[in-house]
Amino acid sequence: MHIKKIISCVFIALCFSSTSVLAEEGGIDQTVNEVFAAATGWFVNLIFAPLPGTTFPWIVLWLVTGATVFTVYFGFIQFKAIRHSISLVKGDYSDPDDAGEVSHFQALATALSGTVGLGNIAGVAVAVSIGGPGATFWMILAGLMGMASKFTECTLGVKYRNEYADGTVSGGPMYYISKGFKEKGLPGGGILAVLFSIFCILGALGGGNMFQANQAHAQISSIVGDYPGWITGVIFALIVFAVIVGGIKSIANVTEKVVPFMGILYVLASLVIILMNIDKVGWAFGQIFEGAFTGLGVAGGFVGALIQGFKRAAFSNEAGVGSAAIAHSAVRTKEPITEGFVSLLEPFIDTVVICTMTALVIIITGQLTTDPTTGLYLVGESGRIITADGSSGVALTSAAFGSALSWFPYVLAVAVVLFAFSTMISWSYYGLKAWTYLFGEGKTTELVFKVIFCLFVIIGAAANLGPVIDFSDASIFAMAVVNIIGLYFLMSLVKVDLKSYLSRLKSGEIKKFKN
Amino acid sequence: MSTKLIVGLDGSESGERALTYAKHLSKLIGDCQIELVYVIEWSPYSFQTAEENAMRHKRREQEIKLASERVITPALEVMKTEGFAAGGRVLHGDAAELLNSVAIKEKAQQIIVARSTESGLAAKLFGSVTAKLVMSASVPVTVVN
Repeated sequence: MHIKKIISCVFIALCFSSTSVLAEEGGIDQTVNEVFAAATGWFVNLIFAPLPGTTFPWIVLWLVTGATVFTVYFGFIQFKAIRHSISLVKGDYSDPDDAGEVSHFQALATALSGTVGLGNIAGVAVAVSIGGPGATFWMILAGLMGMASKFTECTLGVKYRNEYADGTVSGGPMYYISKGFKEKGLPGGGILAVLFSIFCILGALGGGNMFQANQAHAQISSIVGDYPGWITGVIFALIVFAVIVGGIKSIANVTEKVVPFMGILYVLASLVIILMNIDKVGWAFGQIFEGAFTGLGVAGGFVGALIQGFKRAAFSNEAGVGSAAIAHSAVRTKEPITEGFVSLLEPFIDTVVICTMTALVIIITGQLTTDPTTGLYLVGESGRIITADGSSGVALTSAAFGSALSWFPYVLAVAVVLFAFSTMISWSYYGLKAWTYLFGEGKTTELVFKVIFCLFVIIGAAANLGPVIDFSDASIFAMAVVNIIGLYFLMSLVKVDLKSYLSRLKSGEIKKFKN
Repeated sequence: MSTKLIVGLDGSESGERALTYAKHLSKLIGDCQIELVYVIEWSPYSFQTAEENAMRHKRREQEIKLASERVITPALEVMKTEGFAAGGRVLHGDAAELLNSVAIKEKAQQIIVARSTESGLAAKLFGSVTAKLVMSASVPVTVVN
């Protein structure tokens, strides 16, 4: 308990010193960047360090190794259980007496609204513009493997959550690591849980907040013209404040309803464009497979494609990061493993379906330029493939959709802003749960975090803080370092539950309520 | 075996009318039991924030407690003093589907509801609970004006 408090106090000191530095920004972005980079650069470099003699970041290998270990350990559960997962989401196994509780569908939709977002739109564009079409192959593979990571972490999230006397729940890696390690008689669970919580708070303020606000502002200003970022920041912060502090549910409800609609519209628009170019689909898949193993001229060859595919898949679906375990732990079920089955659909929807759609649209609309004589992609000085109109990131995806459906960039702009907002709301909750794990549950403690969270929205939108964003990305991946260590030690507990569940399912003890 | 009647209550004056009619019918039948059902509209396919999910169990308990205290318990107390055999329950879900499923489960002879208070665009777009019940119910339905 002492260690928990000491580490937490050091963290508060760090947090306040960084905010006081940030508070001085406004025309002194450069200074802020330098100060922050000097203080945090070592951490960013450590997390994204390449393996010796390669350009392959070790953290990507860490995530992929984790996903592979879970896939093999659970006997390719993601492929065997997918039909059962869909049955669970449909409510076939839900007891009617539990009506009114959080359903499997709701837990999945909530977790998805936290992950579907800029990663699917901007991240994929980055992946294919650096790694070429081949990156798509590795992205899909990473998505499929990541399903096993989600299965493991979300089962543990429900199994070891805290249930309070008033009926509310708190769960996530910090709870399963500390409780699970204790149960198995392993040392170090407490320290790992505190470390996870610290990284989670930093990730929530950075990648889950500042990065989102920053990108939303960039998107809005690209349409209405340039204007100061703090205006977007204040507006966003007020809306976020109204939702998370004021409890104005109507705003959250509207977002939570519009976001899935936007997601569906995005997939439909992609399908329309793919159907319009049906003759090129075979060629596109040819490019994806050929590029996956040869690189087709991209920087770094096939390894370059592989790194980009794996990295962007991890950024997008967060498998192994531990965030989804927090979101899924709210479900009341007698069988924690059912939530694992449901959560494995997340990387499938996020990466295998939505990210692939984005990649296919960019490829078949001919955004990536090739050398007509060699058929290889033309790579510019920046190491990126030269695109049709020179754009990259969200703008590349927008140009790809716009080349087929001229009105779609406007829809995409609205989608980006809404996705950013819903990601912020989700991460405000993940950060809050980590915060209350460190500082205890309570209205005042919660309010402090929520106010800090809103202030960071303004900072994120107002400043061009590259190093801060690098740092927050590094924090999200640092969550995965701690979480996956925890999962390795606790996966045997999931296996026991899995065996028991599958045998009871086979024997008919676990009944279907709907046919 | 006594006759069972299912009465849908919604805490409004129209629900009271349905109950009054059910009591009248019960007296005519004689050996009759009335089951009061209050449905809190809820869908497992709605979208919620993570925080709402974490609070959901608590909210559900509060919703059931509130509906029981305000609608079901007072109605049952009055019916008891008046000498009716009655039971009651609060459920979450789709009102039309649940009234029907309770009727099937309880082997009830009839469902009694009041005419829907919904009107205008909402009723036109989504159809009222009453209309849905009349069209889908497996037992006779009486709609009280």
